[in-house]
Amino acid sequence: MTNVIKIKRGLNIDIAGAPAPVLASMNQSTLVAISPDDFNGIVPKVLVKEGEKVKAGTPIFLDKKHPELKIVAPVSGTIEEVARGERRKLLYISIRRDVVVDYENFEKLNLEASREELHKAILNVGFGAFIKQHPYDVVANPDFAPKAIFVSGFDSAPLAPDSNFVVKGQGSELQAGLKLLAKLTDGKVYFSIAKNAAPELKMMQGVEINVFDGAHPAGNVGVQINKLNPINKGEVVWTMNLQDVIALGRFVNKGIVDFTKFVALTGPEVYSPCYFKTIVGTNIQPMVAGNVYKENKLRYISGNVLSGTKVCENGYLRAFDSQITVIQEGDEADELIGWLTPRFNKFSASLSYPWQRFAKFCKCKFDFDARVLGGRRAIIMSGEYDKVFPMDIMPEQLIKAMIAKNLEQMEALGAYEVAPEDFALCEFVCTSKMELQSIVREALDYMRKELE
Amino acid sequence: MKFIKNIVDKIKPTFSEGGKLVAFHSLFDAIETFLFVPNETAKNGTHIHDAIDTKRSMFTVVVALLPAMLFGMWNVGYQHFVAIGQEVSFFEEFAFGLLSVLPTLLVAYVVGLGIEIIVAQVKKEEVAEGFFVTGFLIPMIVPVDTPLWMTAAATAFAVIFAKEVFGGTGYNIFNVALITRAFLFFAYPTAMSGDQVWVRTRDAFWWGAGSPVDGFSGATPLGQLATATEATPAFSDTLGQAANFWDAFIGWIPGSVGETSTLAILLGGALLIATGVASWKIMLSVFAGGAFTALLFNAFGPESAIANLPWYEHLVLGGFAFGAVFMATDPVTAARTEVGKWIYGFLIGVVAIVVRVLNPGYPEGMMLAILLMNIFGCFIDWCVVQNNIKKRIKRVKQIK
Repeated sequence: MTNVIKIKRGLNIDIAGAPAPVLASMNQSTLVAISPDDFNGIVPKVLVKEGEKVKAGTPIFLDKKHPELKIVAPVSGTIEEVARGERRKLLYISIRRDVVVDYENFEKLNLEASREELHKAILNVGFGAFIKQHPYDVVANPDFAPKAIFVSGFDSAPLAPDSNFVVKGQGSELQAGLKLLAKLTDGKVYFSIAKNAAPELKMMQGVEINVFDGAHPAGNVGVQINKLNPINKGEVVWTMNLQDVIALGRFVNKGIVDFTKFVALTGPEVYSPCYFKTIVGTNIQPMVAGNVYKENKLRYISGNVLSGTKVCENGYLRAFDSQITVIQEGDEADELIGWLTPRFNKFSASLSYPWQRFAKFCKCKFDFDARVLGGRRAIIMSGEYDKVFPMDIMPEQLIKAMIAKNLEQMEALGAYEVAPEDFALCEFVCTSKMELQSIVREALDYMRKELE
Repeated sequence: MKFIKNIVDKIKPTFSEGGKLVAFHSLFDAIETFLFVPNETAKNGTHIHDAIDTKRSMFTVVVALLPAMLFGMWNVGYQHFVAIGQEVSFFEEFAFGLLSVLPTLLVAYVVGLGIEIIVAQVKKEEVAEGFFVTGFLIPMIVPVDTPLWMTAAATAFAVIFAKEVFGGTGYNIFNVALITRAFLFFAYPTAMSGDQVWVRTRDAFWWGAGSPVDGFSGATPLGQLATATEATPAFSDTLGQAANFWDAFIGWIPGSVGETSTLAILLGGALLIATGVASWKIMLSVFAGGAFTALLFNAFGPESAIANLPWYEHLVLGGFAFGAVFMATDPVTAARTEVGKWIYGFLIGVVAIVVRVLNPGYPEGMMLAILLMNIFGCFIDWCVVQNNIKKRIKRVKQIK
């Protein structure tokens, strides 16, 4: 029997707009863009010029420090724009796609090859950039061998796509991807699934399967690492998103780089939340157009409401995301003495707005918008973070060490094990409205600069 | 609503950078955010936020303090009219108490908030809500007859030297309201202890004047116990008649304004626990620590009245319950780790009873116990955190 790990601390946010298990048709966007900002830890060197032709699988930029880390074009077409910002910082590269995708020809993988050869092969076709590492939550440094590889088989974030729906019919690709990953490490590949996982997910071979039962962040790979095989100083663990493993499996089976993925359009401001079959880096406009309530000012988020990225109405899906969330911006709300009123329509983990606890009985609907709902203060309340942070780490003390940039203390308190997304719920519940994810991101970058 | 918003929007430029009254920006900002939830949206990080904010949690504490405050006001009036031998209605008693306490409350708020607003203006920060609670606590923990200028001086001292020099709300080591009381106690001891300060025998705003009747004694039960010549733990009320546990539990005895009624305090405590604003672990462990130490003194202590006082009477007398529910649980100055909270609370209970029993000059130990443990709170946390760190180091060793 598979091992069941109960996650007791966490929080499921009761927000409307979960995707119905329906695949909607769409006109694929003509533009696709990849931003180097999504690949934390790399310094991009552009390989293409505007107007150049690329195939799906042609490298478009690479990491200056590790040239073997390439980021490839997900579609074939013409380079539309190499957008640069201040001090010529590369913002994104957009591609005007062909109607029929022309795939770069790669040799089919020989699965009997040595680990080095296999690793080289997947780096060569651009999958290296989709493998992340803990510590630091950055693109995996190809120089270090991982002690284990973790793939989370479900996403527990608010309104996240349902893995059972996503994997349906792609079991063989997933299996091929996981098998390949197993060849890349001396340790195990941990594949963690939810309690309600479909048989397809439960039947994966060559991996250690654990069931995580509990509220968000049970599906965060950081939590799974902490529970199954915690990272110590000097150790490296690789992680990969479920749909990227499927794409990797597609490469193993067919020899092409095909980053097609299911994307869920979610959130309270969407008419009919559903799934689309599209591609990494797609423009979100064809998905959201005509499918959102327009009465209010909206905020479009690539990813989930907790750790996603704000994008504009015709922005692009970020490379690691498979979800778009649309909520109200709310910056014209002018709520009178809100802190004093009962606020029956507001969600809170705190019992000073207890309505969440009765939601089951009264079918309350909670309104969400992007307001911070309070002033930024120093940390005042204690024990708040612990309630939504299921790792064996003291979140408040770690955050304080991070603010103080105390490397020794960060190391001692477990900074190697965390990613910014692990603090997303802490940030949500924080009475003092601290920007915890930014604090963690900055601290991890600082730590990497000093220690690596 | 729209009407108020229009006024606020209209005068906003006057108080903003470049406006005529920019020197009052903090004050304006405090009032604006008091009236309207800021429309500021998340720039990065989580896109949605919990509805809780510091205003809500501080307001919850003030609501929790209300039963004790209202009872305290009535008790001030009740004690007064008993002392001067007049029989008046419940409402007159309450009105007298209200008139006696209100000036202290106003002085505390004006002085404290004034300093906070000035500091916020200088530091170009928002006014934090911490003093919202502190200002409410101050009149509750001082004797009703404390002169207003003393309250003003003590409040100013506490806000500046116990809070602002450390960086403001959230950074202070000591509980600000308790520092106010400690300042009063050590700077003006005659106004803060003895038999004369706990019951107002003079008038309030020229009303209710009279002279004490025969047999009047303004000493608090703890004061009586500390000066008792016999070893029997008995205390009496304002007129010298024997009082018991229930009198002290309900609270019609002399004492600081808000501390006398354990019943009203527990009502507030229930709200704090239900809303999760204060830690039940600290409250429970303070009471446990106090009861444990009182039992020890009963069994092995010196032969004095206060050492022989039963544990349950210790918990309802003086500032013990008030300190346990409202002072020890201040999240900023208390221990912040969950294990630390148990230890912190228990030791407050222990120290409070030790001070009460072994120090005859000072019958109330709660204030000093909490201030002492405020210092050790950080140390307790440090030990708990070291334990977590050691676990991680051990994990590395196991692998090697």
